[in-house]
Amino acid sequence: MALVRVQNLSRVFDVSKPWLNRVIERRSKSFLKAVSEVDFEIAERSTYALVGESGSGKSTIGRMLVGLLTPTEGNVEIEGVDLAHERDAARVEAVRADIQMIFQDPYASLNPRWRVRDIIVEPVAAKGGETKGLAEKLLEQVGLSAQDAGKFPHEFSGGQRQRICIARALASEPKLIVCDEPTSALDVSVQAQVLNLMSDLKDDFGLTYLLISHDLTVVQHMADRIGVLYLGRLVEEADPDTLFDDAKHPYTQMLLEAAPRMDGFGREVVPPEGEIPNPIDPPSGCAFHPRCPIAQQICQRERPRPRSLGTTRVACHLAE
Amino acid sequence: MTDPVLSIRNLTVDIPGRYGTVRPVDGVSYDIAAGEILGVVGESGAGKSMAGNAVIGLLNRPAFISGGEIWLNGQRIDQLRGDTMRRLRGKQIGMVFQDPLTSLNPLLQVGEQLTETMLTHLDISKAEAEKRAVAALDEVGIPGAAERLNSYPHEFSGGMRQRVVIALALCAEPSLVIADEPTTALDVSVQAQIISLLRKLCRERGTAVMLITHDMGVIAEAADRVAVMYAGRLAELGPVRDVITDPSHPYTHGLMASTPLASRGKARLHQIPGAMPRLDAIPEGCAFNPRCPHARDKCRHDPRPEMGASNAACWFPLVGAEVL
Repeated sequence: MALVRVQNLSRVFDVSKPWLNRVIERRSKSFLKAVSEVDFEIAERSTYALVGESGSGKSTIGRMLVGLLTPTEGNVEIEGVDLAHERDAARVEAVRADIQMIFQDPYASLNPRWRVRDIIVEPVAAKGGETKGLAEKLLEQVGLSAQDAGKFPHEFSGGQRQRICIARALASEPKLIVCDEPTSALDVSVQAQVLNLMSDLKDDFGLTYLLISHDLTVVQHMADRIGVLYLGRLVEEADPDTLFDDAKHPYTQMLLEAAPRMDGFGREVVPPEGEIPNPIDPPSGCAFHPRCPIAQQICQRERPRPRSLGTTRVACHLAE
Repeated sequence: MTDPVLSIRNLTVDIPGRYGTVRPVDGVSYDIAAGEILGVVGESGAGKSMAGNAVIGLLNRPAFISGGEIWLNGQRIDQLRGDTMRRLRGKQIGMVFQDPLTSLNPLLQVGEQLTETMLTHLDISKAEAEKRAVAALDEVGIPGAAERLNSYPHEFSGGMRQRVVIALALCAEPSLVIADEPTTALDVSVQAQIISLLRKLCRERGTAVMLITHDMGVIAEAADRVAVMYAGRLAELGPVRDVITDPSHPYTHGLMASTPLASRGKARLHQIPGAMPRLDAIPEGCAFNPRCPHARDKCRHDPRPEMGASNAACWFPLVGAEVL
């Protein structure tokens, strides 16, 4: 059963200059469409990964899922409740308690003036729950020791801090955890420890993850299903083996080809052409067409709808 | 074989402090030949950037070079001070930092930054400098180079900015380029462009490149040889293929095996227990011994192992421990 259902999700940011500047410079308002008509579902107890380069809208989607941003259009349903439009506050509250988030920077996401115990139990304490001994239990579950509860965040290394963030996310016994680049700030060996911990906890607690990452290797290792984003649009969705062995969308193919490989000694990569276009003024039709090696006329005119090819869903006119 | 462009011998950097002196770089030796890319890898705190900064004379006080020698093109440079060092640094060493936005002056047009560098270090006229600035931007693949001379850094995208930084590093025709995490702030597709650019320039001009990074994939694709650092010491040094596919040092092996790439199809990633020691608490003997699965008494008590006939600074180097 799907725990999360995202339908036709869009988010527009107003990036206009202040009105006085607009009047003087005779400019109109400008808008940035960070996420555009995205659909996907996350099955219960699975890991869904969103990959994409910077500006592809992956973090915006994550923030809309946890309710830090409201969707401009479309909806996010979690356990059948549409958080942005549901009127019944009690139902919203109940679902909210099932969602937690882990952020990228473990240095910025822990309050330096709070003791680790207070940080970890905060999600429970805020709702008036019982917190005695909770922090100690969680610290041991994430591989730290119970004595660490009395310390401050600065006494820990980056990897240990990320464990504290994970403990905090687990405190309210959530079903869904949105992990926004959880290991990007960590070294490889520490990354391995944190990813292993996340896999273990998923099994122990029956968690569902939305993993947001730009690192294809991490995604390949962790995900059950992967969505590839380009300029706020979902261009391809598949399970890891299919995606990495047989990518359908030209953008995914380019991304996989460009990613450095450990066995790519002296590999001559033909580097991809161009860069991500300005999202304020995205190309017409398929957003990838100016960089696409197989683009045809239809790609400039019409935006491709996602369609199924085997188990893959791909938004491309020409993929086969 | 010709003499190496850069030769570091037993380099040691100390940082004195109130509670004693710590040693972020401890007895590191390596050479880089013309046209060669040496990858320097390690986790944060391994001393890889500190070694690079020592070469270019950019150590922040109180850090200082407390031992060893640095030779650049047959000239000893670790004792140079002030103006002499500044001239040599600008002329013979180019530097590319991680964040292209902070390494360009936001108030100057990029053309001005390029010509200023060339006029300071090369004996050429202003007109000639401008001509070369266009050529330099053109060479790093910036479209419409002549028009872009008058642009400010904020008008470029991240990838283009890093190209400008590379053009800037190369415009005085240095014999050595130190690239410290040049692609870490960039997206995958732009990273591939920058790596391929660095390789092309290195090949065509015979520039020696020290590529400092924590990304094994980048090292595998770009470097000819690789130096692995751990706790300020060199753990392993050798041709890139040997080090990555058949590492001799247990740390290198752990590092390679813990990348998600090497564990494709496995449920769990390989894990190195523990964390890199703090600089004020580096273990006795081999610095890696508390985390090493093969550690024996000798590793704990004997003085630290030297780089031997194998590529690794290890008493019991691994044989045939394949990763990929």
